[in-house]
Amino acid sequence: MSAPAITETKSATPVAPAAPPPVEKIKIKVDGREIEVPKMMPDWQGRLQPTTMLQACQLAAQEVPHYCYHPKLPIAGNCRMCLVEFGTPMMGPDRKPVLNEDGSTKIAKSVLPYEPTTPRGAIACATPISPGMEIYPSSPATKQMREAVLESLLINHPLDCPICDQAGECKLQEYSVEHGQAQSSFVEAKVHKPKAVDLGPRIVLDDERCILCTRCIRFTKDIAGDDALGIVNRGSYNTIAAWKPGAFDNNYTLNTVDICPVGALTSKDFRFQMRVWFLKETKSLCTSCGTGCNTVIGSREEKVYRYEPRQNDAVNSTWMCDSGRLNYKWINRDDRLKDVLVSGAKSTWTTAIKEISGKLVKAPQGSVAIVASARQTTEELYLLKKLASKLGALTDSVPREGEGDKLLVNADKNPNSNGARLTGIAFTEMGINLPKIADGIRAGRIQTLIVFGEDVTKCGIGADVLAKLDTLIVSDILPNETTRKAHYLLPGCAHVEKRGTFVNVKGRLQKFMKAVEPKGDARPEWEFLHDLVENLTGKNGYASIEGLFNQMAKDVPAFAGLEWGKLGDTGVTVKF
Amino acid sequence: MIVKRTQLTWWERLYLPALIGGFKVTLRHFKNTITGRTRVTQQYPEEPTKVPPGYRGAPYLVRDQDGDTKCVSCQLCEFICPPKAIKIIPPGDSGLQSDRANAEKMPREFEINMLRCIFCGFCQEVCPEEAIFLKQDFSLTGLARGEMVFNKEKLLSLGGTHAGIQKWKHKLDEAEEQETFPIQT
Repeated sequence: MSAPAITETKSATPVAPAAPPPVEKIKIKVDGREIEVPKMMPDWQGRLQPTTMLQACQLAAQEVPHYCYHPKLPIAGNCRMCLVEFGTPMMGPDRKPVLNEDGSTKIAKSVLPYEPTTPRGAIACATPISPGMEIYPSSPATKQMREAVLESLLINHPLDCPICDQAGECKLQEYSVEHGQAQSSFVEAKVHKPKAVDLGPRIVLDDERCILCTRCIRFTKDIAGDDALGIVNRGSYNTIAAWKPGAFDNNYTLNTVDICPVGALTSKDFRFQMRVWFLKETKSLCTSCGTGCNTVIGSREEKVYRYEPRQNDAVNSTWMCDSGRLNYKWINRDDRLKDVLVSGAKSTWTTAIKEISGKLVKAPQGSVAIVASARQTTEELYLLKKLASKLGALTDSVPREGEGDKLLVNADKNPNSNGARLTGIAFTEMGINLPKIADGIRAGRIQTLIVFGEDVTKCGIGADVLAKLDTLIVSDILPNETTRKAHYLLPGCAHVEKRGTFVNVKGRLQKFMKAVEPKGDARPEWEFLHDLVENLTGKNGYASIEGLFNQMAKDVPAFAGLEWGKLGDTGVTVKF
Repeated sequence: MIVKRTQLTWWERLYLPALIGGFKVTLRHFKNTITGRTRVTQQYPEEPTKVPPGYRGAPYLVRDQDGDTKCVSCQLCEFICPPKAIKIIPPGDSGLQSDRANAEKMPREFEINMLRCIFCGFCQEVCPEEAIFLKQDFSLTGLARGEMVFNKEKLLSLGGTHAGIQKWKHKLDEAEEQETFPIQT
């Protein structure tokens, strides 16, 4: 047997987070409650900068409403929504703090210089804290400031929520309810700006709804590195525009739809498809490349409507690429494999699994080969490896190389290449065994081929070679040349229809959840693989994904000590 | 508080006068019915029933005074509907554009399952466009379940017209007035 056994892979343990260096802390008061906050905190690039009032309030569990501030973007400070009233310790002429009669420090509230009775707020997102500072995020003055800012932001807003895709996840709606006032004192005609502007191939802009927070401009300039957007015209006629109509077309444009706090930027793909409040949100992963961006699947009534990125600072920050985000339509394709086929005729799982088990039990050692897919979950690959060990089978998976970029897209287009390597299905150089398998079939040594999720006719095992096999067992999601040749066809599931884990290119082990039910008779691969392994080895395995994962963690050295329940939403990094 | 029991007089304690008084009323009604002076029984369904104004009957979609579909497919009624009787298929980006130029969208399909509908009126109350109204129809019949699922076309034809403030038209007029501003590129 040439493939390495599971126990031969290098032993490793999950990386424990390094002990943080001692942090210098300062004491401030938020709404009268004293807390200690770090003097410096990471900014959008992760560099330490003086802590801002907004960050301090967040640490004190006091949410400060904001539009232009985004933790992963440079600070602009233009929406004014995060205005808060604050005060600093009063200093005497001797530069010593002035004390109250009871001995406490006297606080000088920030006021207008020409009107000392009027509080003067500061934008919390860009004002650093200082020792002894007092912030009042829920004082009457702060509330008044918020009401006034919201009224001003709504002056030219069209309030066309019934036809706006953002309704339901719109910060303008939310803050208007929470912090706004019922009436506007603006009686003049609203300024009308262009609607449904074609900003790029995937983005539509409604200029009337825009509150000019410039999040999209900052994102595309500083994160995506494509300085395509800017503001044109003056005053009330301020308008977001691409440098040339339709020129906003980099691979990260749809992130601006996520960060747009209002309904100005909308996705052409999702536009008018479904209202967001109907969507069930499921934590999942993107499978389009080896990066493994964390996603949220929005689905309703067994239909996937959109993917959105989910924050994971160890993988994708809060972004994902457009190509990965739009790669979901095949899930609802009409030609999805839905039936169990035995020699082309419709059959049942019980019959098929029984017949396959019978054939595999009788198969001589080394007469079976397995071509797995690095698009399968780690659990499925682990079960296939178990099967291979029992049968003495040659295994491999198919490499899938493409183009990567500097931000998120990886050149490895398989989501679980490292999972295939760690479970022992594939070698470091993936696909090295495929010619051997082809030769084995031609020479008649290999009579049974098990293929999971790949079209082997495209990687050296052509239709003429497949014709020489006694038994071809194929599991796939969509029909291809190999599935048409299969003696046993087992319909599998897309990742949105099952649970499991992937190991990304950097060794991050992450789990994903099930959003919709499998189509037709299709079953998650790990379920029927579990049945097969049980029939062949005689050992009862685990019938749940949790148990299966925990069993795998015991058997695969790289996953030692891990448990399904302890993976969390953002996964753990494994060493290999 | 203590309520004092009324002392009945001798005449009242006799009870018979009250009894006879009651019979008089009965006899009067009997006579009026026999002679046809009062008619209580309504010959439904031969005679249609008149329901009071504000009666909550079946919900239908309405058009505005220009004959345009008012519904913009915001799906709030679908969300609020307690028995989940309403199903809306939104237009999608390349789908059906609205009758009115700047309303941007209207439903591709709008179905109300009248077998499920409980005539509660939440849809009318929640509608931000005044596009759905509970009309006076209370007796809906059909020979199959499928017949009782009313589609957009049927709902619009049953609903008729409801003149409103036409906010989209006003918005459009306002925008057209401002066209003088040099944004054209």
